[in-house]
Amino acid sequence: MTITHHLDDATLMSFAAGALPAALSAVAAAHADMCPRCRREIAAMERLGAAVMANLSPVAFERPEPLQPMPVSAGALDRPHHAARTGGGEIPRPIAGLVSGGLDAVAWRRLGPGVWDHRLPLTGAGKLRLLRVAPRRNVPEHGHGGTELTLVLRGSFHDEMGRYSRGDVAEIDETLAHQPVTDAGGDCICLIASEKPERFHGLIARLLQPFQDR
Amino acid sequence: MVCLAIDSRADIRPCPRAVYGVMADLLRRVAEQADLAAFRELYRTYGPRVKAYMMRQGADAATAEDLAQETLLTVWRRASLYVEDKGSAATWIFAIARNMRIDRLRREVPWQQLPENRNEQPSTETPPDEALSEKERRERVRAALAQLPPEQHEVVTLSYIDGLSHGEIAARLGLPLGTVKSRMRIAYQRIRTTLEDLK
Repeated sequence: MTITHHLDDATLMSFAAGALPAALSAVAAAHADMCPRCRREIAAMERLGAAVMANLSPVAFERPEPLQPMPVSAGALDRPHHAARTGGGEIPRPIAGLVSGGLDAVAWRRLGPGVWDHRLPLTGAGKLRLLRVAPRRNVPEHGHGGTELTLVLRGSFHDEMGRYSRGDVAEIDETLAHQPVTDAGGDCICLIASEKPERFHGLIARLLQPFQDR
Repeated sequence: MVCLAIDSRADIRPCPRAVYGVMADLLRRVAEQADLAAFRELYRTYGPRVKAYMMRQGADAATAEDLAQETLLTVWRRASLYVEDKGSAATWIFAIARNMRIDRLRREVPWQQLPENRNEQPSTETPPDEALSEKERRERVRAALAQLPPEQHEVVTLSYIDGLSHGEIAARLGLPLGTVKSRMRIAYQRIRTTLEDLK
């Protein structure tokens, strides 16, 4: 797997800062799980975060300092991440807990000819879902409000920016319009996060348009 | 959590550049020997900064202090998992504080892994900054940060400290989203360039 389309630096920074909306963070985490290059960038960006935090003016504690640190109740940081520890195979580990059984066991909802989706549960801002598109079809057009991240899990598609295969991520915001088309071969399955979920509804209509050969 | 008073206010330690290498040593002492004195140094140095961080993220002072204490106690409990070559002590503490904030203040699941959990496959290419010691790296990051133009420093701070998304930063500053993103990118590239210069 050779990843050629990475996350934008600004998006990686926001992820490292803990400021990226939840749905986008899920896709960023899934991509990073597949991409050593982006993991290295995130590590460097966390170093930047540590430097920024160190520059803050400290605020003194009001309460006495604990003489002996006691075990705190098992917190979120001890809960297993959604992530299964062991390889999810086709499913990136950060979302493995959300897609148990693998891509072939997903309960797809048919949106139109050759297009299915499956909503993934998410706490926080945005919407996260899997999208499955038959070969040589338009993928729903994205953009026009907030950022949308599309991570290829199976198959491939192409647009003006090139070809996107497994591990590649397409990042679309209001400054870009694009019209991806799936490649011949098998179905293309992507993990898609949208920052502004309401935008997605408008896309459904587009899916139902006749396939345009490109 | 049981707290036994020994003084009413933890004195605040400076966090000068020279301290960073020391911090890694302290963390190692906590990890290897459960060294309380070392832990207290970490606590006094980072605790009040993590508290400031939590307050900037919208927590009231009492909640911020709870979360800062819990962050440092997580450091204590998990010190044995700390691996120096996966990041400095300061970076590890930042990552714990960040995830704590997402979990407790945002009530969301932190998608970010702590450095200790990252599965690093051996890389064929050497990352440009790997040749540096952690201390050198950190000093360079700080120096580069101090030299950022104000408008770049501002978006970095709003993201890292105030926890605002790009869209929220754009709304707050009255800027197009694309401008916010490009300022972030340029800020990072400047800092990265500084790191690479040291190769």
